[in-house]
Amino acid sequence: MTATRRLVFVSGTLALCAWVLVPIYLIALGAFGGRAGAFKWPKEIVPSNASLDALMLFVKIEGVWNAAVNSVIAAGLTMLFSIALGAPAGYALARFSFRGANAFRLLVLLTRAFPLAILALPLTVTFIRIGLYDTPLGVALVHTALALPFAALVTASLFTGIPRELEEAAWVFGCTRLQAFRRIVLPLALPGIAAAAIFAFVISWNEVFAASVLTVRERTLTAYLLTVLAESPLHYRFAGGFILIVPSVLFIFAVRKYLFAMWGVSSK
Amino acid sequence: MTQSRWLPYALLAPAMVFLGVLFFVPLVQTIVLSFQGDAGFGLGNYGKMVGDLNFGLSIRNTFLLVLTVIPLQVALALAMGLMLQKMTFGRDVVLWVWTIPLGVSDLAAGLVWLALLQNTGYVNSALFAMGLIPGPTAWLNSETPVTLFVAVVLAEVWRATAIVLVILVGGLQLIPKEFAEAAEIFGARPWTRFVKITLPLLKPSLQSALILRTVLAFEVFAVVYALGGRNFPVLVGEAYAWQRDNQNYGVAAAYAVLIMIISLAATVFWLRVLRVKPEVQG
Repeated sequence: MTATRRLVFVSGTLALCAWVLVPIYLIALGAFGGRAGAFKWPKEIVPSNASLDALMLFVKIEGVWNAAVNSVIAAGLTMLFSIALGAPAGYALARFSFRGANAFRLLVLLTRAFPLAILALPLTVTFIRIGLYDTPLGVALVHTALALPFAALVTASLFTGIPRELEEAAWVFGCTRLQAFRRIVLPLALPGIAAAAIFAFVISWNEVFAASVLTVRERTLTAYLLTVLAESPLHYRFAGGFILIVPSVLFIFAVRKYLFAMWGVSSK
Repeated sequence: MTQSRWLPYALLAPAMVFLGVLFFVPLVQTIVLSFQGDAGFGLGNYGKMVGDLNFGLSIRNTFLLVLTVIPLQVALALAMGLMLQKMTFGRDVVLWVWTIPLGVSDLAAGLVWLALLQNTGYVNSALFAMGLIPGPTAWLNSETPVTLFVAVVLAEVWRATAIVLVILVGGLQLIPKEFAEAAEIFGARPWTRFVKITLPLLKPSLQSALILRTVLAFEVFAVVYALGGRNFPVLVGEAYAWQRDNQNYGVAAAYAVLIMIISLAATVFWLRVLRVKPEVQG
């Protein structure tokens, strides 16, 4: 590359990094700036009287803390369910060839190409009837339907990557199938499973539509923010947006190694 | 071993049952609900949906958004993916930064761009400093539909290009370097190499990315609400409003069925347009 082209390339890269990072920085300023910051004109790009107080003020609003707790519960349950249900399915897909395996793969891919959250609409009626309406558990069940296909595909590709011979050797030495799985396969697959779990958490934490439709009082954070959007002052909205972003960005950092396993084309 | 005959089914069963209960049942319920009205079974809900003032607008807005956002995202993600391939230094850090929006929800993305674009926001401050506007200016209300649309496009491109990027980078890594090298030896220019080698081999990834993104783009909702409330009606927003504000589950279900049909059609469209021959499949 010539010097000019190199310069264009590097500045293009930096510009695209700025395109991602600057808006996040600016909403952080909005979140810490409080009421005065939100209406200050013209704005400055460096923080002036940014303080944690503005953010704390938001957290202390009636309902916010409760909503955050509900979000964490729903996301935690989603994580638990999608791994508990998805990992065995992934293991079956990776280790066995059986009739119906392809049909299951197809089903999983089908759910991925489907507006799943919309299915929360009829579930409202069912959930009211069986007492799941307006509970984090009900929200988590719908979110699991979103996260489960990913969990199954990711764990399938993880288990495929662990040589079958290791497991077979353990059987030869007298381990049962379960023992061999627990002692040999599980430790090797654990980091990847953790990544899939974190990803399920993020899917639930970020989901807006189903959570808003399925709750009234026990709102998740996204549902709460969506419903109070119109009447809440700007600086509260920024604080809410910022609080939504922080955990997911940290989580994505934690799972960055596994992103490609999760989103690769390989449907196998 | 007889165990391996039933074991895979036992392992799959919980996931299958779950998806049956929380995917197939509500799917059927949605369809049934959409045909159920006060006057019994029929097309009443669909009539109400089509007769609503916001229906035409929400169809137009949603399609406009999809048709604008998706090409921008694919072009941008392709450029980013190719840049990453060329990168010799700091590739991991750049890739991480570029994939950060993957963790940002649509609601949060809308709020982020609200911080930039609101009346006394950062974009206006910059425009003011350059002398382009006299003072705080509103861009996001019903009198400024064009700038509101642009704002939604910006927020969507900002947030959801990362997912396309990840899928395409995964695909680019599968393409053997030798192909491009061979073409270079035979004198192919970079653009020719891109069109004749990279793009065709990237087809399976492009297809995945386009299906996923198009389906999600038709579900666009929270970004729009965060930026402009109901000033910019979209399909899912209308379904939400019918269910929440009007308590009319039938019309909401009709919207849901419409969105499902559109998503399905989009999926079939990409499967046909970017058909992957079996022998090329990665």
